[in-house]
Amino acid sequence: MGKTIAEKIIQNHCNKKNIKKGDLVKAKVDFAFANDITGPLAIEVFNKIGVKEVFNRDKITFIPDHFTPNKDIKSAEQAKIIKEFSENQMLTNYFEVGQGGIEHALLPEKGFILPGQLIVGADSHTPTSGALGALAIGVGSTDLGVVLAMGEIWLKVPETIKFIYNGKLNKWVGGKDLILYTISKIGVNGANYKVMEFSGDVISQLSIDNRFTICNMAIEAGAKSGVIEADNVALDYLKERARDLFQKINSDSDAEYEQTIEYDVANIEPQVAFPHLPDKGRPISEVGEVRIDQSVIGSCTNGRIEDLRIAAQILKNNKVDSKIRLIILPATQQIYLDAMEEGLLKVFIEAGAVISPPTCGPCLGGHMGVLAKGEKAISTTNRNFVGRMGHPESEVYLSNPAVAAASAITGKISSPEEVV
Amino acid sequence: MIIKGSIWKFGDNIDTDVIIPARYLNTSDAEELASHCMEDYDREFIKKMKQGDIIVAGENFGCGSSREHAPLAIKTAGISCVIAKSFARIFYRNAINIGLPIFESAETFEQSKQGDILEVDSEVGVIKNFSNNKEFQINPLPDFIRSIISAGGLVEYTKKEVRRRK
Ligand code: SF4
Repeated sequence: MGKTIAEKIIQNHCNKKNIKKGDLVKAKVDFAFANDITGPLAIEVFNKIGVKEVFNRDKITFIPDHFTPNKDIKSAEQAKIIKEFSENQMLTNYFEVGQGGIEHALLPEKGFILPGQLIVGADSHTPTSGALGALAIGVGSTDLGVVLAMGEIWLKVPETIKFIYNGKLNKWVGGKDLILYTISKIGVNGANYKVMEFSGDVISQLSIDNRFTICNMAIEAGAKSGVIEADNVALDYLKERARDLFQKINSDSDAEYEQTIEYDVANIEPQVAFPHLPDKGRPISEVGEVRIDQSVIGSCTNGRIEDLRIAAQILKNNKVDSKIRLIILPATQQIYLDAMEEGLLKVFIEAGAVISPPTCGPCLGGHMGVLAKGEKAISTTNRNFVGRMGHPESEVYLSNPAVAAASAITGKISSPEEVV
Repeated sequence: MIIKGSIWKFGDNIDTDVIIPARYLNTSDAEELASHCMEDYDREFIKKMKQGDIIVAGENFGCGSSREHAPLAIKTAGISCVIAKSFARIFYRNAINIGLPIFESAETFEQSKQGDILEVDSEVGVIKNFSNNKEFQINPLPDFIRSIISAGGLVEYTKKEVRRRK
């Protein structure tokens, strides 16, 4: 019986022969990272274990991105802990504010993520990197602290669900809509403990940015990871970036899946996930009248250059409604620079948007766009839990960048068709 | 391990933003995190609960973020264990790693109410509800996970491993 890509990657990283689904194994980690929230706790764990040096100073990085540029004194203290640890351990890479961005956009962009690798991050959206054919798994701080010390992690060999997308995409439908639709079908724990493998003609034709968006949200169905086999699109993206040699890994044709689910994308409209769970997706035509106070375009889900291009296409020669705050967050410094060179920032400013430095900011209700009691936001982020963007009685609706941009213009959740 | 306490009941999909809202994550001080535990669900929870109480919840408890601050807040608040129909993957790992006992039992959720008194015997694999005299079975944990728990969490387990390899 053949193996899935996830099984093969785990097999290649552990010393047990012929692993089976459900086995608990210890696996060697190729790259590990944490941020300004999860990093300090992981460092505390590392210190308790009592080894002096991290397992490999080239294979670990800390990225201050959640409450940075530091929003208050407490956040500054947290960020300082990861910075000092990086210095003391002489880590090869550390990304200070101004040189980095949001971890899940930054690491692939900088060439740290390679096909066939086992990546572990102390952040739930680590599976984003699965778009490059790696197995990227989100863990907590204790797990990460142990990885810092040992370079290993305990894992259960997961089942995989295969998703196949066929047909022709409708206008304004992208990776975000495919994943919101999928989660609305299988539910927020529809893939709990499992890997979601995304495939089919539609995926083969999708850009890498759209693929990152899909894998980013696998966790919103509870998945251990999301993965897409590396093809020419991925290899092209890696060409100028890859920091090392790699061998890409594909699922065997006779691999055993827990389930195979096929969707005809002709049935998929732009999706809007209603409060307060990411699986409450509805087609844009069934949204009805939802007035908003804020629109957020950015995050590790949709803060890449293509997302900004789509937003600019809609905002060009249009004005943000006078009562709406449109906040745009390029996910990394490089994306910010690209957006500037392409003239996108000018479009945003002329339309009446504010442009934030790369940060998680409002995505987790941290800073740079927190909601007041009773306020509503449309957002290209990935979670709409109670209180996620601010007050427990505020509301977040999730969408793609085109819908978020159109809604900023009309002041209510709107299809891009209404404004272009 | 035998745990006894009274139940706080929650529904499905209790997410990590409810367990500990992100706005408090600019600290990793466990006591401070605990003081905001479940705040967006019930502002008074932390005042009303007693040391040793047990959380019983529905499907997918702990979904969302990887923040270990969530099980840490629950543990530090004094909750003795969490029983749910199912757990989100990262929460499950984190709870085991930091030594917060957790058990999967759909029956306990379906046949117990807020305020009932439970006793969990993890060795025998039984949960008793003293308020309605029902008993529920729990599946034994895999050996490897038991060895983490019996070491007192992943840190202690790893310390042993480091010593062994030296
Ligand atoms: S942008 Fe949002 S989802 Fe992504 S890492 Fe930051 S807080 Fe998490």
